[in-house]
Amino acid sequence: MKISYREALREALREALAQDSRVFLMGEDVGRYGGTYAVSKGLLEEFGPDRIRDTPLSELGFMGAGVGAALGGMRPIVEIMTINFSLLALDQIVNSAALLRHMSGGQCAVPLVIRMATGAGRQLAAQHSHSLENWYAHIPGIRVLAPATVADARGMLAPALADPDPVVIFEHAQLYSQEDALPAERVWRACDISRAAVRRAGTRASLITYGGCLPKAMQAADALAAVGIDVEVLDLRPLDLDTIAASVRRTHRVVVVDEGWKTGSLAAEIVARIAEDCLYDLDAPPRRVCSVEVPIPYARHMEAAALPQTAQIVAAVKEMLNV
Amino acid sequence: MFEFKLPSLGADMDEGKLLEWRVKPGDKVKKGQVVAVVDTSKAAVDVEIWQDGTVFELLIEPGTRLPVGSVMATLLEEGESAPTRKPLTARGARKGEARRRATPPAAVAAEVGVAPPAVEPALAGRARVSPAARKRADALGIDIVRVAGSGPGGVVTLADIEHAAATRTVTAVAVPAEVMAARQAEMRRTIAAAMSRSKREIPHYYLFETIPLARASEWLTATNADRPITERILMAALFLKAVAIALKGFPELNGFYRNERFEPADAVHAGVAISLRGGGLVAPALHDVGSKPLPVLMRELSDLVRRTRAGSLRSSEMSDPTITVTNLGEQGVEAVLGVIYPPQVALVGFGRVAPRPVVDEADGILQVVPTVTASLAADHRVSDGHRGALFLGALRELLQHPRDL
Repeated sequence: MKISYREALREALREALAQDSRVFLMGEDVGRYGGTYAVSKGLLEEFGPDRIRDTPLSELGFMGAGVGAALGGMRPIVEIMTINFSLLALDQIVNSAALLRHMSGGQCAVPLVIRMATGAGRQLAAQHSHSLENWYAHIPGIRVLAPATVADARGMLAPALADPDPVVIFEHAQLYSQEDALPAERVWRACDISRAAVRRAGTRASLITYGGCLPKAMQAADALAAVGIDVEVLDLRPLDLDTIAASVRRTHRVVVVDEGWKTGSLAAEIVARIAEDCLYDLDAPPRRVCSVEVPIPYARHMEAAALPQTAQIVAAVKEMLNV
Repeated sequence: MFEFKLPSLGADMDEGKLLEWRVKPGDKVKKGQVVAVVDTSKAAVDVEIWQDGTVFELLIEPGTRLPVGSVMATLLEEGESAPTRKPLTARGARKGEARRRATPPAAVAAEVGVAPPAVEPALAGRARVSPAARKRADALGIDIVRVAGSGPGGVVTLADIEHAAATRTVTAVAVPAEVMAARQAEMRRTIAAAMSRSKREIPHYYLFETIPLARASEWLTATNADRPITERILMAALFLKAVAIALKGFPELNGFYRNERFEPADAVHAGVAISLRGGGLVAPALHDVGSKPLPVLMRELSDLVRRTRAGSLRSSEMSDPTITVTNLGEQGVEAVLGVIYPPQVALVGFGRVAPRPVVDEADGILQVVPTVTASLAADHRVSDGHRGALFLGALRELLQHPRDL
């Protein structure tokens, strides 16, 4: 039976709320409205307003409350409507949550989980559509996750809550409606939030991506397979160099697909690491397929033109192979 | 402008066949760079250039057989520009230039006067090879220069190297037996000519010395205990180093006898006699043996043996050994009496290293220790037995102090 990514997230939340009384969810519209993307629909009725808390439009304020609650022994899950608005809460995330363990000499831990929607593709224009995951990945002290599959949406929350330090989970807005069969429980329960995953094995090139671009990379791999080019697809649930390096040693060619803007992107970091550690395994210069460096437009055709698309990934691989 | 002539790659060589140019007109070359591959009777040799410059014109087509001393190419010296009277030959023109010919002929004529490097700098530089392809080529011993690239913009890729390796194997298998036989016959003739000349012209004298190697063996065992197998030092390297150091005191054994007189050499470039798998013998030089630490020497010796058997020697290695060292120990003979390789004036030979009874000179006690019989064959026109004996004595003494080698 297929379930949606949204339902998988909700199931994970429900399970966490039911199992641990220290867990609570807060954010704008998470309660009565059921969450901007309907992830928390029904949870207010089930768990009550103490556990599912609607907050004012004040990201810095309620993120600070989340940090305080975590310091006080709770296991808060704070939802931010979109990544754009998370910048309002950056002071609490970067200067408090990420740093406190270090600055307190290990005396204070912040077991906080922050969820936020990211990415474009739903005609929500420049206020709601950006991909700033790399800004968070830059900060020491927080773990950055990007579930790209229904199984990861179901499996990642529990280990994230078990982490004694802050974890930021990026949910790509285009994934919420994706449906897939949830694999056996032992599979999604085994979700390892410290490793990337090989989503498809191949020999001619590695497509390295994460989050919302994974479906596009998989489609590109299908299209390439149809013309006899067998590529590997890596899902950087977290950034994990070992998995990347192992793949590069198998395929010798890399295309990184990242919805972030190319300059200073996670794609840039990945390519830099490959250059540092795998140069002599490369048979072609690494390529990046990233967003066009403009604020994401509203008009559908322009939005599509600004984002990495399957055809571009296919073209990059073919160009690299000179076919 | 200067001329590049086919060098003599050993006294027994009087002609060679150009197999391949490694440079194009317009290429800048540095002293010591390999510019051509020439087939001598013994091996295909990478021929180096002896002066910096820019290749102006290649005068010989690959496949041509030519006598030693023939002018093969002309080069421009640093800062020199091409003479206008000699336009680029058709051979010198390349694809990129053909495209330029779209300009009117008058403009082309003016352009021809420009120094060749300006024609297409991109081609003159390093070949475009992917890092993975380069690594693989190294591992497989493939010469990248000979591989055509199939990647974007002609980049040599991993697949090209694998392909080259696969076809190379096929070629190697496909070399007809009669070609191998012909080459061996030719090599035999070459050795015959050089050795006949040696025995005809050089008045040899021979000396032996049995050298105890107890300390050298112990020291080697101890030294090698800490080293990975691939970096272990062999007794042969110790012998080479000891010979080179001993020769410092006996310059009359190291050099050439030419034009009725002896020309001592500045450094010891030991010609190491290496038997080839298909039969025959080559003695390329290990350069400046005296100044190199043992691990370096060992590495270079292994490399030289490997390249000799793979047929990729450089011209300087073929042409400039100043003395030959032959080590027949592995084959199990007691001692070797060598034939000097003209125009050298001496040859040092080592027999088998084995435990033998030795009487200790100090206390007269008979004991069994590893020993080797070293021999010297030297040119009586240059040195006498007395000096030769002192040399062997010095060699014996040096091998008693392996730590200092």
